[in-house]
Amino acid sequence: MATDTAETTTDGQDRSVSHYLSNHLRDYGMVLALIAIMAFFQFTTDGTLLRPVNITNLFLQNSYIIIMALGMLLVIVAGHIDLSVGSVVGFVGALAAVMMVQWGWSIYLTVPACLLVGILIGAAQGYWIAYWKIPSFIVTLAGMLVFRGASLWLLEGQSVGPFPREFQALSTGFIPDLLPFIKDLFGVERMNGFAVVTGIVIAGLIIWMGLRSRARNRAYGMVAEPMVFFVVRNLLVAGAIVFVSYKLATFRGLPNVLITMGILTIVYAFLTESTTLGRRIYALGGNEKAAKLSGIRTERLTFLTFVNMGMLAALAGLIFAARLNTATPKAGVSFELDVIAAVFIGGASMSGGVGKIIGAVVGAFIMGVMNNGMSIMGIGIDYQQVIKGLVLLAAVIFDVYNKNKQS
Amino acid sequence: MRSITKTFPGVKALNAVSITVMEGEIHALVGENGAGKSTLMKVLSGVYPAGSYEGEIHYDGKLAEFSGISQSEAQGIIIIHQELALVPLLSIAENLFIGNECASYGVVNWHETFQRTEALLRKVGLSESPGTLVDRIGVGKQQLVEIAKALSKDVRLLILDEPTSALSEKDSQKLLDLLLELKAQGVTSIIISHKLNEVRSIADRVTVIRDGATISTLEAKGEEITEDRIIRDMVGRDMAQRFPERASHPGKVLMEVRNWNAWHPEHTERQVIRDACLTVREGEVVGIAGLMGSGRTELAMSIFGRSYGRRISGEVLIDGAPVDVSTVDRAIASGLAYVTEDRKKLGLVLDETIQRNITLANLPKVSSYGVISEAQEIRVAEGYRAAINIRTPGVFQRVVNLSGGNQQKVVLSKWLFADPKVLILDEPTRGIDVGAKYEIYGIINKLVADGKGVLMISSELPELLGMCDRIYVMNEGALVGELTAAEASQERIMSFIVRS
Repeated sequence: MATDTAETTTDGQDRSVSHYLSNHLRDYGMVLALIAIMAFFQFTTDGTLLRPVNITNLFLQNSYIIIMALGMLLVIVAGHIDLSVGSVVGFVGALAAVMMVQWGWSIYLTVPACLLVGILIGAAQGYWIAYWKIPSFIVTLAGMLVFRGASLWLLEGQSVGPFPREFQALSTGFIPDLLPFIKDLFGVERMNGFAVVTGIVIAGLIIWMGLRSRARNRAYGMVAEPMVFFVVRNLLVAGAIVFVSYKLATFRGLPNVLITMGILTIVYAFLTESTTLGRRIYALGGNEKAAKLSGIRTERLTFLTFVNMGMLAALAGLIFAARLNTATPKAGVSFELDVIAAVFIGGASMSGGVGKIIGAVVGAFIMGVMNNGMSIMGIGIDYQQVIKGLVLLAAVIFDVYNKNKQS
Repeated sequence: MRSITKTFPGVKALNAVSITVMEGEIHALVGENGAGKSTLMKVLSGVYPAGSYEGEIHYDGKLAEFSGISQSEAQGIIIIHQELALVPLLSIAENLFIGNECASYGVVNWHETFQRTEALLRKVGLSESPGTLVDRIGVGKQQLVEIAKALSKDVRLLILDEPTSALSEKDSQKLLDLLLELKAQGVTSIIISHKLNEVRSIADRVTVIRDGATISTLEAKGEEITEDRIIRDMVGRDMAQRFPERASHPGKVLMEVRNWNAWHPEHTERQVIRDACLTVREGEVVGIAGLMGSGRTELAMSIFGRSYGRRISGEVLIDGAPVDVSTVDRAIASGLAYVTEDRKKLGLVLDETIQRNITLANLPKVSSYGVISEAQEIRVAEGYRAAINIRTPGVFQRVVNLSGGNQQKVVLSKWLFADPKVLILDEPTRGIDVGAKYEIYGIINKLVADGKGVLMISSELPELLGMCDRIYVMNEGALVGELTAAEASQERIMSFIVRS
């Protein structure tokens, strides 16, 4: 019986702080990295990075990557990969263009139809992966070629556009100021009151939810985050949200796509953290055989993650096409790599079972800010690629190092 | 080999074992599962290098200190493991010379390779083309390929670990004949086997090992080798108070399995389970005894949602009514639970917390409309932590950090939470220490006291004898005997196995 005392015990405050830190180093490290990168570019671009117009641009530029990263996180947590998403973006954009421009369909018909096509594409690939056990790498590599070719065929090698204004609004539209009296109240000339209020409300909500979960964790004896960390982290996050919303307010307000992205992020974070479905995906990726022997229908679950990925890739395709206001055969080329890189920078594990939605989103922002900052600085595309590659490698090395140190 | 002692963390696998093997003899090594036979042979062949054990090995009269397999092989000691070490998608010829290719400057001479392969295959009596892929030939022939591989390395001492356990009668006989032939050519063999009739037919001497110690060495000539004598030596150990007391009151039949059949998933011609019929009553612990590879795990897994095998046929009844156990979730819904023998690979999601592992098989019970109530989940996990004494500061520990005993308790909690009527426990105490074992026996007793049925698979006969109301004996996929607690003894179980 004496051999059973090997379990880690957390005795003493000091030990629990350092223990907590070492367990959550990854989470903090990533956020700190994002802040450091932003600070760096803010400095090197003489403040251009955080100008209202550029912040707006950052969201517009990265929205489709983030939306796909949400789905890719599930795919990677389930222990798979999807290489076809870039081609699906191109294909769905092309399809939407053909539907609206050549066939004259309304956007209210086009958007659901395109999402449905995305779902079918996901189902077609997921079927082979889940039920035939064909490696996802192979199936989606095939999909990557197939849908790239299909979009070329659809567009007959041409660019098709422009789109109706309503469709463009999907990406480049803004929420109008629903609370115009606020700017009068403060006597500011250009400020979207709704954006500011939304930012403040969300920041408040985050702090409130943080406090609530902290109280709950304490009640159940979970290792609680040290108070200092909690306060600093929440102030930073809340401050950042208020700051960004204020900046956006002084430009044109909240972009539609930011709302779409924000809602999706919340939905998927909830899905992964609080539902049986999410829990089962983690179990599937963590140990497929054990999950199966626990009564989880692993095949169906794998299938569904690909269906979901297909749908999100289609949505991203629509948003991307709307942003460019034209569908080109080259649309979406190598997007899959940005998406996958974002998920891995966000801390997901190649072997499955590990990864968080919020991590993937932060990972996508890290990539996005670097892209944006380096472009503003006028760094050539050659160096940009090298630097991005090294950042990805460094993030994963950091993960592995951390894991080895823990065990 | 003189007074070999080998310790693993927490376990003394070999305790001053000595064994002498004469040149040119066939020496059989027998003992129960876990007695230390394979460990001893791994010491001899350098798998465990010199320095990792105590004691001395003398080979050809000289002290031998092998630092690895390549050194022992250079001296002509070749070991063939129970799990064959062939690469299935390479040809026979490639397998024979793997790591030892007929090549000059890294360029393989295929002509010579094939010629030498043909010669070797003739020697072992295998008529296959050298280019045949190994996974195209049966296990019996694969065994011969292994021996041919040993011959290619100029073998002097051949060690075979349960060479016939996966072979049919005919293939076994062929293999034994080959061993006798090799003996005539001067090759010494050590054969580990559970099949006493084989041992008697070919061995010159037999050494019995039990609990990591040599019990006896018997001579064939003096007619010393009788099965009864060997069995007595194999199992004769005292049964102290290792099992908690339990009053046994079996009730009505809870689960019944009728005419269960299953075939091997890859070697489709091999029938793994043959017409198994068994019953488990309320409040009863039923054991399944048998050797490794006898089909016990396969039986359990094929019943539990067809998790093993093909062409499964048969019926499962719970409370007298046939139930659908064709998928795992249906089997769970019917009231079955299966605690796997391999908890790390099949039982746990190691990177997840205790809490998440415990609720995995019954998530709906801690959620509403698909949303998990973490509060409820923690209450459940904490409840089991206290009730069955999982020693950990909290249920947020990842299970990878727990000891074997605590991990096993997490797996048990998971299945208790799924609220089954019948629990199938596959080697529930493998690899955990004595104290934790006792606790797990206590949990089992409490379960049956609550009217559940337990079907327990174990390789440790004393455990089955100490815990079970009834024991089925399984051999080569069939249930070959059934003993009540009063009738059962290690000798009777062993004799069912070795004589069936």
